[in-house]
Order: sequence, then C-alpha cells, then structure tokens
Amino acid sequence: MRYHLDFGFIWKHFDRLAWGLVLSLELAVISIFIGIAIGLSLALAYTGGGRAIRSAVAGYVEFIRNVPLLLLVYLIFYGVPSIEGFAYDATTSFVITLSVYAGATMVEVFRAGLAAVPRGLIDAGKAIGLTGWQRLIWVRLPTMFRIVLPSLSNAFVSLFKDTSLASVIAVPELTYGAQWINTNTFRIIEVWAVTAPMYLVTGYGLLFLLQRLERRFAVH
Amino acid sequence: MPVLELVVQIRGLKKSFGANRVLDGVDLDVHKGEVVVVIGPSGSGKTTLLRCINLLETYDEGSIRVDGVEVGFRDGGGGVRKHRHDRELARIRADIGMVFQLFNLFPHLTARENVMLGLRKVRGRSATEAKQIAEQWLARVGLGDKFESLPGQLSGGQQQRVGIARAVAMGPKVLLLDEITSALDPELVGEVLNVVQELARDGMTMIVVTHEMTFARDVGTRIVFMDGGRIQAQGTPREVLAATGHDRLKAFLARIEMKHH
Amino acid sequence: MLFALQSLPFLWHGLFITLQVSALVVVFSLVGGILLGVGIVYGPRWLYWPIRIYSDFFRGIPLLVLIFFIYYALPLFSINLTSFVSVVVALSAFETAHIIEVVRGALQSIPRGQNEAAKTIGLRFSQRLIYVIAPQAVRRFLPPWINAVVDTVKGSALVSLVGIVDLMLAIQQVIGRTYIPMPLYVLGALMYFVINYSLSSASRRLEARFAYIRE
Repeated sequence: MRYHLDFGFIWKHFDRLAWGLVLSLELAVISIFIGIAIGLSLALAYTGGGRAIRSAVAGYVEFIRNVPLLLLVYLIFYGVPSIEGFAYDATTSFVITLSVYAGATMVEVFRAGLAAVPRGLIDAGKAIGLTGWQRLIWVRLPTMFRIVLPSLSNAFVSLFKDTSLASVIAVPELTYGAQWINTNTFRIIEVWAVTAPMYLVTGYGLLFLLQRLERRFAVH
Repeated sequence: MPVLELVVQIRGLKKSFGANRVLDGVDLDVHKGEVVVVIGPSGSGKTTLLRCINLLETYDEGSIRVDGVEVGFRDGGGGVRKHRHDRELARIRADIGMVFQLFNLFPHLTARENVMLGLRKVRGRSATEAKQIAEQWLARVGLGDKFESLPGQLSGGQQQRVGIARAVAMGPKVLLLDEITSALDPELVGEVLNVVQELARDGMTMIVVTHEMTFARDVGTRIVFMDGGRIQAQGTPREVLAATGHDRLKAFLARIEMKHH
Repeated sequence: MLFALQSLPFLWHGLFITLQVSALVVVFSLVGGILLGVGIVYGPRWLYWPIRIYSDFFRGIPLLVLIFFIYYALPLFSINLTSFVSVVVALSAFETAHIIEVVRGALQSIPRGQNEAAKTIGLRFSQRLIYVIAPQAVRRFLPPWINAVVDTVKGSALVSLVGIVDLMLAIQQVIGRTYIPMPLYVLGALMYFVINYSLSSASRRLEARFAYIRE
C-alpha cells in the first residue's frame, strides 16, 4: 500500500467536521420535535377519527415509510419548487423532508403507545369522573409518553444518522464536511477514520444518555 | 444376595453460582426401582442437584455417575478431567429423562409429535414405530384422544402428562421429576401424581423433587431432606416424617403442615 | 408527461438494477446474519464480542458514510472492485449487522426451557436448532426481517451517489433530459412504493398465518 497516513490535513479542516456535527444534531433535534408534533396529532386523529381520516393517515404513513429517504430529499428540494415556482435553501428543505419522514415514524410509535395504555388506568379515570378530554390529557398521554420513551430514543438516534443524507444537497453537516475534505485532500482513510467514530460516539453517547433518562421516567 | 443395581451414584458434589455455594458436598446413591423423594426449603439446592444429574447445570467438584458413567467429565489423561462435549452429553442425556415444572412442551408440535421427536431423532426409530410407541405412552397417561392436540389446546395437567410420556417413551434409566405439580391448579395435581405412582409401581427408577408430602409418603421408597446445599437427613418415609432428632427437618415439616392445612 | 412515458424503458432498467442489488444484499445478509446471529447466541464465549462489535459498528454509522468509504478506500488497498461489487459489499456488510440483531431477538425470545427440554431427550445442538428452536424462531424472525428487506431496497437508492444507474439515478438522468422533476419523482416513488408495500403486506399475512401457535 503506497499510502502514507497523515492526519495533519484532517486537523487543519477539523472545523468542518466539528461544525458539521453540530449542524447534524440541530437538524435531528428540530426534525424530531416537528415529527413528534405531526405524529402525535395524526395518531390522535387516527385513534379518534372515522374511516376517511384513518385511511388518509395510513396513506401518509405507508407512503413515507416505503419510499427511500433520498428520493424524498430530492422530491422536496427539486421537485416541489418546480411546480410551485418558489425556491428555498437546502437546509430548510432538508428539515421539512426529515420532519415529514420523522412524522410518519412517530405516528406509528404514538398509535402503538396509546393502544398500550392499560385499560385499568382509563377505567380508573372514568371512575373518578374525568371527561374524555381530561382522561386524554391527564391519564392517557402521560402514560403513553413513558411507554414510548425507548422508541423515541431509538428514533432520534436514527434520525441523527439520517442527517447524513443532507450532504447530497450540499447542506454542510458532518458527512458533507467529510466529503469536502475527501475531495480536496484525497485523505480518504484519515477522513473516514475520524468521521465514523464521530458518528459512533455521538450516536451511542446519545443513546446512553437517553436510556438513563428513560430509567427515571419509563414504565415497562 | 444380589445387590440392587446402582443407577445413580453421587459423591462429594459441589456447585456454586458465583459467590453462592448452592451444593456443598452431596453424597447420594440411587438403586434400580427406587423412588427417591428430595424435600427441603427453597434455596436448599434440590433443583440444582437434579439439574446437575443430566448436566443442565455443570458441577464444580465431585462426581455424578449414571450407570457407571461420569456425566459431566471425561478422562483427559493424566488424571485430568475435561468437560464433555455436546455430542457426548446428548448420548448420556438420552438415557436420563426429565419432567419440568413448567412442562416445556414444544408448542409447534402436537402431543404425539412431542413424544415422537426423541424416538425418531435420537433412538433412530422409523416413523411408524415412533408413532406406535408415542401413542401407546400417551394412552397410558390417559391422553388417548389427544394425539393431534397442540400444547396450547391442553390443560396444565394434560400438558404435564404429555411431558411425562415424552420422557418415559425414551426408555430412560432414571427419571428426574422437578416439582412437576407446583405449577398446576390443585384439582389437576391428582391426575399427574397418579401417573407417576403407576410408573413407580412398574419399577421406574425416579428422583423426585416435590412439596407434595402425601406423595412422598405414599410413593417414595426413600426421602432425602436437603438444606443449605447438603443432605441433612434421609431414610424411609416413616422415619423421615417422624423427624426424631432433627430440628431443621422438624421445623421444615411444621412449615409445610401449616401451609397445607 | 409524454417524455416521462417515453423514458419508461430506461426507468425499467434502473429498476432492474435496483432489484439486482437488493436481491444480492438480501441473500448475503440473510446467510451472514443467520450464521453470526446463531453464533452470538449459542456460540462459544470468545465469539460474542467480535460479533457484537461488528454489529454495533455497522449499525452505528450512516449507510452513506459506509458506501463512500468502501467506494473510495478499497482501491487504496489495491482491492480493485467494480462500483457494483463495492456497493453490494458495503450494503451487505451493513444489512448483515441488522439481520444479526433480528436473529438474536428471535432466538432470545424463545424460553430457555425449550432448549433444556430438547437437551433432556438427547438431541444434539444441530438437532435442537433444526427441530425445536428454528421452527419457533422463524415466526418471530419473519416480520422484522421483511422490514429489513424493505430497508435494503430503500438503502439501495444510495448507490446512485456513486454512479450505479439504479432506479434513483435513472430518474435523475431522465429529469436531466426532460426538465420535469415532479412527475418523475412521483413516478419513481410509486415504483419503490409498489415493491416495498407488497413486501410489508406479505409480512402482515405471514404474521396472521403463524398465529395458531398459542404462546
């Protein structure tokens, strides 16, 4: 192998990786919050709604979950502006895409979570005279959140890894930074030797922290 | 006078789970046709003892010989003993039958298939032979109309009887019964114990761990009382249940009395 | 719109490449995942950590990062594979890690008593696996595995980024010629949807079929 390892190039441009990581995390955080908002509202609509609503929600979920994320990224960044006649920057476009993507996952998570709330708790709520809305807010949602915490943690870490796709539309997150260094210095081994651990440490680190949070709140 | 054949011989058996010494030097002889009932408080090591005999648990020190063969180890040469491999263990286990507290029937197989599996794959019987033997044994335990039933369709007592049929159909040299009625509803216990009593009458060598004192008294040929990983007392049912001179045994029997009345 | 329809043959070929890549990856990851999954659950202790590290590593990095690395780095080690082979390697390594977890979950969900009962009637390890463990594990294995297959098909879209003309790249190339992005993206989405949705429906039907084994 006529290759001489030299990490100097990487450290010179490390800010691209570091700030890229920060942006990746930001993208993931924003998307999961919007995704939770979408998912929760649609899950509630699904549980309480009629046939038409359930079909619409199911259609949305099935569509998003069976289509590659890459295609969605392109569709929203290149496709939508072409018919609406406006343009937006890559980052905004990606956040919209990832949020819509997250939303679909969240609908499933919350729907299953709501269904997993023990009947006994709901009955207890009825027995002390709470109305449907009150039961929802004081009994069902709090319990549901504790049940779904593990799924939420996993979904968040997944989203963090999915932010790597933002690189294809030139959003300067971690993977884009790594690719930039790669194409400008040809230090392939070194770049990925630094980038891969950054994803691993961040991903598993987040999972670890979230699991500690779960232990304090979750219900099994 | 011929000495009754020694089926199981245990000497100096010791076993620890981490820091917990569960078996602390157990010696036991079981002869052909004996029904040895092991009683004792939980944590006394009785289930572990049973599970060491067919090596569901390994043992640290001591010796367990079934029909003269050391169960857990083979001679590695130079006085060193080595753990047995899965293949050797499989052959040894084929001659030792076990019935479990939680039945452990194979849920994807019918009652007949549960009994046939060992006959076909371990004893090498043909499909017709295995079917015949399986049906004979299932009929003997009173399940002549349940050949095609899946475990999920059977009651606890019925499942346990299938478990017994599965074990005895293999023609074992000794049958190990691990609290086989503890997980059953009270009204189903009788049907299972009746089957075991019949097997005993037909000469099956058995080692039984149980809380059922009436069974121990009526069917057991010898009762062994374990506590703290050791055998504290043993004798005929009469002797042991009279409990003269054994404080711990007396206390244990008293507790059992109270529970059952 | 007429342009889109005229490009259909080109898209079909892209779809064919997508299916080819996916099929190869599914087969390799299934074999590898089962072997390593059984190894990590039933194998000797020294196998546990290597397999565990492999699984955690490949599930902890984004697929895109892995594809780029394998595509650019392998030639440096004088391993000169075609683009097609290198992406299949990357995707297979990635999916195998996921299949290991699926197999592990299925095997560990079987109560210990089953393996013990199988031991007590004298079955050897291979016999226990084939006659007692596998029939019960299959039922718990299939639904998550089909999910993994769907993920593989979706993940295959990333090969377009290293120049493999799969369905994804075919769509983009047609858009490059015809300048009508939206209809083509929608058409492409529908094509992926049809494949994956059929797979998930098959999964749901399989789950129903196995429900006769009461737990």
